[in-house]
Amino acid sequence: MKATVVVELKPSVLDPQGKAIQHSLSTLGFAGVEDVRVGKLFRITLADIGGQTRDHVESQLRQMCERLLANTVVEHFSYTIEE
Amino acid sequence: MKFGIVILPGSNCDHDAWHVAKNVVSAEAELLWHKETDLKGADCVIIPGGFAYGDYLRAGALAKFAPIMEPIRRHAANGGLVFGICNGFQVLTEVGLLPGALMRNEHLRFLSRDVFLRTEETDTPFTSELQRGQILRVPIAHGEGNYYADDATLDELERNRQVIFRYCDGEGRMTSEANPNGSARNIAGICNASRNVLGMMPHPERCSEELLGNADGLGIFKSIVASLARV
Repeated sequence: MKATVVVELKPSVLDPQGKAIQHSLSTLGFAGVEDVRVGKLFRITLADIGGQTRDHVESQLRQMCERLLANTVVEHFSYTIEE
Repeated sequence: MKFGIVILPGSNCDHDAWHVAKNVVSAEAELLWHKETDLKGADCVIIPGGFAYGDYLRAGALAKFAPIMEPIRRHAANGGLVFGICNGFQVLTEVGLLPGALMRNEHLRFLSRDVFLRTEETDTPFTSELQRGQILRVPIAHGEGNYYADDATLDELERNRQVIFRYCDGEGRMTSEANPNGSARNIAGICNASRNVLGMMPHPERCSEELLGNADGLGIFKSIVASLARV
Protein backbone atom coordinates (compact mmCIF):
# COMPACT_ATOMS: atom_id res chain seq x y z
CA MET A 1 0.00 0.00 0.00
CA LYS A 2 1.32 3.45 -0.85
CA ALA A 3 0.49 6.70 0.82
CA THR A 4 1.32 10.23 -0.23
CA VAL A 5 1.50 12.83 2.50
CA VAL A 6 1.63 16.54 1.75
CA VAL A 7 2.75 18.94 4.47
CA GLU A 8 2.18 22.64 3.85
CA LEU A 9 2.45 25.85 5.80
CA LYS A 10 -0.88 26.97 7.19
CA PRO A 11 -2.50 29.69 5.07
CA SER A 12 -2.01 32.17 7.93
CA VAL A 13 1.77 31.63 7.91
CA LEU A 14 3.91 33.68 5.53
CA ASP A 15 6.03 31.71 3.09
CA PRO A 16 8.99 33.86 2.04
CA GLN A 17 10.40 31.00 -0.03
CA GLY A 18 7.15 30.76 -2.00
CA LYS A 19 7.19 34.53 -2.50
CA ALA A 20 10.75 34.42 -3.85
CA ILE A 21 9.79 31.64 -6.28
CA GLN A 22 6.70 33.51 -7.40
CA HIS A 23 8.87 36.56 -8.07
CA SER A 24 11.41 34.46 -10.02
CA LEU A 25 8.65 32.93 -12.16
CA SER A 26 7.41 36.41 -13.02
CA THR A 27 10.97 37.48 -13.85
CA LEU A 28 11.21 34.49 -16.20
CA GLY A 29 8.22 35.86 -18.07
CA PHE A 30 5.45 33.62 -16.75
CA ALA A 31 2.58 36.04 -16.52
CA GLY A 32 -0.20 35.68 -13.98
CA VAL A 33 1.53 33.65 -11.27
CA GLU A 34 -0.46 35.00 -8.36
CA ASP A 35 0.93 32.95 -5.52
CA VAL A 36 3.35 30.10 -4.79
CA ARG A 37 3.38 28.09 -1.57
CA VAL A 38 6.17 25.59 -0.92
CA GLY A 39 5.44 22.33 0.88
CA LYS A 40 6.86 18.88 1.43
CA LEU A 41 5.70 15.62 -0.11
CA PHE A 42 6.35 12.21 1.42
CA ARG A 43 5.80 8.97 -0.50
CA ILE A 44 5.37 6.25 2.07
CA THR A 45 5.29 2.58 1.22
CA LEU A 46 3.47 0.50 3.80
CA ALA A 47 4.02 -3.23 4.16
CA ASP A 48 0.91 -5.25 3.50
CA ILE A 49 -0.15 -6.62 6.82
CA GLY A 50 -3.24 -8.74 6.37
CA GLY A 51 -6.54 -7.56 7.76
CA GLN A 52 -5.68 -3.87 8.09
CA THR A 53 -8.69 -1.67 7.77
CA ARG A 54 -8.48 1.60 5.92
CA ASP A 55 -9.40 3.35 9.15
CA HIS A 56 -6.39 1.87 10.86
CA VAL A 57 -4.03 2.96 8.06
CA GLU A 58 -5.48 6.45 8.13
CA SER A 59 -5.10 6.65 11.88
CA GLN A 60 -1.46 5.55 11.56
CA LEU A 61 -0.82 8.21 8.91
CA ARG A 62 -2.41 10.92 11.03
CA GLN A 63 -0.21 9.95 13.97
CA MET A 64 2.91 9.98 11.75
CA CYS A 65 2.01 13.50 10.65
CA GLU A 66 1.17 14.80 14.10
CA ARG A 67 4.18 13.27 15.83
CA LEU A 68 6.85 13.85 13.21
CA LEU A 69 6.13 14.77 9.61
CA ALA A 70 4.37 18.07 10.32
CA ASN A 71 4.91 20.74 12.94
CA THR A 72 1.29 21.53 13.57
CA VAL A 73 2.16 24.92 15.06
CA VAL A 74 2.87 26.17 11.54
CA GLU A 75 1.94 23.35 9.15
CA HIS A 76 -1.07 21.30 8.17
CA PHE A 77 -1.09 17.97 6.39
CA SER A 78 -3.16 15.92 4.01
CA TYR A 79 -2.75 12.42 2.62
CA THR A 80 -4.00 10.10 -0.06
CA ILE A 81 -3.83 6.31 0.00
CA GLU A 82 -3.38 4.05 -3.02
CA GLU A 83 -4.46 0.46 -2.54
CA MET B 1 26.29 23.65 40.85
CA LYS B 2 26.69 21.71 37.65
CA PHE B 3 26.05 22.37 33.98
CA GLY B 4 25.25 19.48 31.66
CA ILE B 5 25.85 20.23 27.99
CA VAL B 6 24.02 17.94 25.60
CA ILE B 7 25.79 16.62 22.52
CA LEU B 8 23.32 15.68 19.82
CA PRO B 9 24.66 14.26 16.55
CA GLY B 10 25.41 17.51 14.72
CA SER B 11 25.74 19.82 17.74
CA ASN B 12 28.70 22.15 17.15
CA CYS B 13 28.58 24.71 19.95
CA ASP B 14 28.76 22.16 22.75
CA HIS B 15 32.41 22.80 23.59
CA ASP B 16 31.96 26.58 23.50
CA ALA B 17 29.20 26.31 26.11
CA TRP B 18 31.21 23.78 28.10
CA HIS B 19 34.24 26.09 28.03
CA VAL B 20 32.28 29.08 29.35
CA ALA B 21 30.66 26.98 32.07
CA LYS B 22 33.90 25.32 33.14
CA ASN B 23 36.58 27.93 32.57
CA VAL B 24 34.85 31.29 32.56
CA VAL B 25 32.24 31.01 35.30
CA SER B 26 34.21 28.17 36.95
CA ALA B 27 31.28 25.84 37.49
CA GLU B 28 31.26 22.08 37.25
CA ALA B 29 30.40 21.08 33.68
CA GLU B 30 29.90 17.77 31.92
CA LEU B 31 29.13 16.91 28.32
CA LEU B 32 26.09 14.65 28.01
CA TRP B 33 25.93 12.28 25.04
CA HIS B 34 22.50 12.08 23.40
CA LYS B 35 22.20 8.37 24.23
CA GLU B 36 22.48 9.01 27.97
CA THR B 37 19.35 8.37 29.98
CA ASP B 38 20.28 10.49 32.99
CA LEU B 39 21.66 13.97 33.40
CA LYS B 40 24.62 13.07 35.68
CA GLY B 41 23.42 15.44 38.37
CA ALA B 42 23.31 18.53 36.14
CA ASP B 43 21.36 21.45 37.62
CA CYS B 44 21.26 23.37 34.35
CA VAL B 45 21.06 21.52 31.05
CA ILE B 46 22.26 23.39 27.97
CA ILE B 47 21.08 22.28 24.54
CA PRO B 48 23.71 23.91 22.36
CA GLY B 49 23.76 25.28 18.85
CA GLY B 50 24.50 23.27 15.74
CA PHE B 51 22.55 21.18 13.29
CA ALA B 52 21.21 18.27 15.31
CA TYR B 53 20.49 15.29 13.04
CA GLY B 54 21.50 17.47 10.10
CA ASP B 55 18.34 19.56 10.60
CA TYR B 56 16.65 16.85 8.50
CA LEU B 57 12.90 17.35 8.06
CA ARG B 58 12.90 20.52 10.19
CA ALA B 59 15.48 22.06 12.51
CA GLY B 60 15.17 20.24 15.82
CA ALA B 61 12.50 17.82 14.63
CA LEU B 62 14.44 14.58 15.01
CA ALA B 63 16.16 15.57 18.26
CA LYS B 64 12.96 15.01 20.20
CA PHE B 65 13.48 11.26 19.88
CA ALA B 66 16.98 11.28 21.39
CA PRO B 67 17.08 9.14 24.58
CA ILE B 68 18.38 12.11 26.61
CA MET B 69 15.20 14.08 25.92
CA GLU B 70 13.15 12.04 28.39
CA PRO B 71 15.28 12.96 31.43
CA ILE B 72 15.40 16.54 30.14
CA ARG B 73 11.58 16.65 30.05
CA ARG B 74 11.46 15.31 33.60
CA HIS B 75 14.13 17.78 34.76
CA ALA B 76 12.12 20.68 33.27
CA ALA B 77 8.89 19.39 34.79
CA ASN B 78 10.56 19.31 38.21
CA GLY B 79 11.66 22.93 37.88
CA GLY B 80 15.25 22.21 36.75
CA LEU B 81 16.89 24.71 34.42
CA VAL B 82 17.01 24.01 30.68
CA PHE B 83 18.70 26.49 28.35
CA GLY B 84 18.45 26.09 24.57
CA ILE B 85 20.73 28.19 22.41
CA CYS B 86 20.05 28.57 18.68
CA ASN B 87 19.48 24.99 17.47
CA GLY B 88 18.78 24.22 21.13
CA PHE B 89 15.89 26.74 21.03
CA GLN B 90 14.57 25.05 17.88
CA VAL B 91 14.77 21.69 19.66
CA LEU B 92 12.88 23.03 22.70
CA THR B 93 10.00 24.25 20.52
CA GLU B 94 9.87 20.91 18.65
CA VAL B 95 9.92 19.00 21.94
CA GLY B 96 7.09 21.18 23.21
CA LEU B 97 8.95 22.67 26.18
CA LEU B 98 8.55 26.13 24.63
CA PRO B 99 5.65 27.42 22.50
CA GLY B 100 5.84 28.53 18.88
CA ALA B 101 8.18 27.55 16.07
CA LEU B 102 11.33 28.84 14.35
CA MET B 103 10.89 29.29 10.64
CA ARG B 104 13.10 30.20 7.69
CA ASN B 105 14.58 33.68 8.02
CA GLU B 106 12.37 36.21 6.30
CA HIS B 107 14.97 37.05 3.65
CA LEU B 108 15.91 33.38 3.26
CA ARG B 109 19.61 33.94 3.96
CA PHE B 110 21.69 32.33 6.66
CA LEU B 111 22.73 35.17 8.97
CA SER B 112 26.03 35.26 10.82
CA ARG B 113 26.65 38.59 12.52
CA ASP B 114 26.23 40.54 15.74
CA VAL B 115 22.82 41.84 16.75
CA PHE B 116 21.60 43.93 19.67
CA LEU B 117 19.24 42.45 22.22
CA ARG B 118 17.11 44.23 24.78
CA THR B 119 16.77 42.43 28.09
CA GLU B 120 13.02 42.45 28.73
CA GLU B 121 12.73 40.56 32.01
CA THR B 122 15.18 39.90 34.80
CA ASP B 123 13.06 37.72 37.08
CA THR B 124 14.31 34.50 35.52
CA PRO B 125 17.22 32.35 36.67
CA PHE B 126 18.91 33.19 33.34
CA THR B 127 18.75 36.97 33.55
CA SER B 128 18.77 37.78 37.27
CA GLU B 129 22.19 39.46 37.07
CA LEU B 130 21.19 41.67 34.12
CA GLN B 131 19.36 44.98 34.25
CA ARG B 132 15.90 45.43 32.79
CA GLY B 133 16.37 47.14 29.42
CA GLN B 134 20.06 46.26 29.31
CA ILE B 135 21.31 46.09 25.74
CA LEU B 136 23.56 43.19 24.82
CA ARG B 137 25.53 42.75 21.62
CA VAL B 138 25.44 39.04 20.81
CA PRO B 139 26.18 37.11 17.60
CA ILE B 140 23.55 35.19 15.68
CA ALA B 141 24.28 32.36 13.23
CA HIS B 142 21.15 30.77 11.85
CA GLY B 143 19.01 30.14 8.80
CA GLU B 144 15.83 29.38 10.74
CA GLY B 145 15.45 31.91 13.49
CA ASN B 146 12.19 33.55 12.49
CA TYR B 147 10.09 33.12 15.61
CA TYR B 148 6.44 32.39 14.88
CA ALA B 149 3.45 31.80 17.10
CA ASP B 150 -0.20 32.64 16.56
CA ASP B 151 -1.48 35.92 17.99
CA ALA B 152 -3.19 34.27 20.94
CA THR B 153 0.09 32.58 21.94
CA LEU B 154 2.07 35.80 21.45
CA ASP B 155 -0.41 37.72 23.61
CA GLU B 156 -0.14 35.09 26.29
CA LEU B 157 3.67 35.26 26.19
CA GLU B 158 3.47 39.04 26.64
CA ARG B 159 0.90 38.78 29.42
CA ASN B 160 3.04 36.30 31.37
CA ARG B 161 6.20 38.33 30.60
CA GLN B 162 7.78 35.30 28.91
CA VAL B 163 9.52 37.34 26.21
CA ILE B 164 13.01 37.64 27.67
CA PHE B 165 15.04 39.11 24.78
CA ARG B 166 14.02 41.17 21.77
CA TYR B 167 16.05 42.32 18.79
CA CYS B 168 16.66 46.05 18.98
CA ASP B 169 19.00 48.69 17.59
CA GLY B 170 22.06 49.99 19.46
CA GLU B 171 19.84 52.40 21.42
CA GLY B 172 17.35 49.74 22.46
CA ARG B 173 14.67 50.72 19.95
CA MET B 174 12.62 47.78 18.76
CA THR B 175 12.47 48.58 15.05
CA SER B 176 11.80 46.32 12.08
CA GLU B 177 15.27 47.21 10.71
CA ALA B 178 16.78 45.79 13.90
CA ASN B 179 14.86 42.54 13.44
CA PRO B 180 17.28 40.34 11.50
CA ASN B 181 15.03 37.43 10.59
CA GLY B 182 11.39 38.52 10.66
CA SER B 183 10.64 37.19 14.14
CA ALA B 184 7.18 38.04 15.48
CA ARG B 185 7.34 41.09 17.75
CA ASN B 186 11.17 41.11 17.46
CA ILE B 187 11.34 38.06 19.73
CA ALA B 188 14.84 36.66 20.17
CA GLY B 189 14.31 34.59 23.31
CA ILE B 190 11.43 33.31 25.44
CA CYS B 191 10.95 31.29 28.59
CA ASN B 192 8.20 28.88 29.62
CA ALA B 193 5.42 29.89 32.00
CA SER B 194 7.29 28.60 35.05
CA ARG B 195 10.44 30.48 33.90
CA ASN B 196 12.88 27.55 34.22
CA VAL B 197 13.25 26.86 30.48
CA LEU B 198 14.81 29.51 28.24
CA GLY B 199 15.38 29.40 24.50
CA MET B 200 17.17 32.06 22.48
CA MET B 201 18.52 32.25 18.94
CA PRO B 202 21.61 34.43 19.64
CA HIS B 203 24.79 32.85 21.01
CA PRO B 204 25.85 34.23 24.42
CA GLU B 205 28.47 31.47 24.74
CA ARG B 206 30.34 33.04 21.82
CA CYS B 207 30.70 36.39 23.57
CA SER B 208 31.48 35.69 27.20
CA GLU B 209 35.16 36.67 27.36
CA GLU B 210 36.93 40.02 26.91
CA LEU B 211 39.66 38.08 25.13
CA LEU B 212 37.15 37.48 22.31
CA GLY B 213 36.35 41.18 22.12
CA ASN B 214 32.92 40.96 23.70
CA ALA B 215 31.73 39.66 27.05
CA ASP B 216 28.08 40.73 26.79
CA GLY B 217 26.89 37.12 26.97
CA LEU B 218 28.61 36.44 30.28
CA GLY B 219 25.80 37.95 32.36
CA ILE B 220 23.50 35.09 31.36
CA PHE B 221 25.92 32.42 32.57
CA LYS B 222 26.63 34.41 35.74
CA SER B 223 22.88 34.67 36.36
CA ILE B 224 22.48 30.90 36.11
CA VAL B 225 25.32 30.31 38.55
CA ALA B 226 24.02 32.95 40.98
CA SER B 227 20.44 31.66 40.79
CA LEU B 228 21.47 28.09 41.49
CA ALA B 229 23.70 29.22 44.36
CA ARG B 230 20.60 30.79 45.97
CA VAL B 231 18.61 27.55 45.83
